[in-house]
Amino acid sequence: MGRKVLIIDDSKLARMLVAGIMSRLQPEWGLVEAANAIEALALIDGGDIDIVLVDFNMPDIDGLELLTQLRQKHPAMPVAVISANAQQGIVARTHALDAAFIEKPLKDETLRPFLAGADLKLKRARP
Amino acid sequence: MTTSFPELGEIERDALTEIVNIGVGRAARRLADMIGETVQLSVPRVELLTRDVAANLLDQRGSTGLVSVGQDFQGAFSGQALLLFPETNSLELVRAVVGEGMALDEIIALEQGALAEIGNIILNGCLVSIANLLRLDLTMSLPRVLRGSGRTILAVENGEPEPALFLTIDFSVASRNINGYIALLMDLPSLSVLRQLIDEFIATIVQGEKP
Repeated sequence: MGRKVLIIDDSKLARMLVAGIMSRLQPEWGLVEAANAIEALALIDGGDIDIVLVDFNMPDIDGLELLTQLRQKHPAMPVAVISANAQQGIVARTHALDAAFIEKPLKDETLRPFLAGADLKLKRARP
Repeated sequence: MTTSFPELGEIERDALTEIVNIGVGRAARRLADMIGETVQLSVPRVELLTRDVAANLLDQRGSTGLVSVGQDFQGAFSGQALLLFPETNSLELVRAVVGEGMALDEIIALEQGALAEIGNIILNGCLVSIANLLRLDLTMSLPRVLRGSGRTILAVENGEPEPALFLTIDFSVASRNINGYIALLMDLPSLSVLRQLIDEFIATIVQGEKP
């Protein structure tokens, strides 16, 4: 079943690189992009997003603040924080919000297991 | 590491070299992952300089114009991390990351934002390794892309007397004719804190714990 993935990153290059990887790993899935947290929350409220990939270091509202807000309405949505800032404290905060942490630069091999796990989790929730 | 830095003892300098090597190694691996090529690194240089002198050094090393991606970091110690390379390398670096399939005008349109993201990934690789090894939290600013002289890039104000720890490592990608360097500029009030952190790092190694 095709999933709809939302990628949130203030960098256009980063979004392009994710789109490139997604086109190899899951060409049938839909991909929606947002450049900041406000756009992202509006898209998530729209209702048809299945999986979220979010950058940490963004202007105004960072990825973990966004994730905290997202969790209030979507406690089980599969989310990965994708960041170059893999400090232990930030990885721990990500896990505490029940999200995966994936280090930049993103590669096919590092995104693949997350997407597979997310797909499985969604199948179990809505068989 | 070459250093004229008397405040640190020999074992402390060794430890700092090791920490910096691990950090820069991770930064280089991230660059290599992004472009799919091997990245060569030099031995780190550590100097104690005023920003004025450091800016002059940057100008001497980069004969044409310089491009820098800079991120400020704050925490137990504070400073500035920079990725620097000659302006003539800038488009080649972006092309190496986005791949050959993109037209030149598209690469030019993407250049500024792409450099910020590439710098962010590389500099975070270095700073995160250092932060995790020393078990401290650093807050990193968003990346900024600056062009111009060393003085512009280091935001030198006239008559600034305070020396700073200036740490540089050259990198090059021979197959693509890209070269540049990573620099860390650390404010002097942070140095005593850094020394204490290094001593704690050494103590954990001596006790046989994993750092």
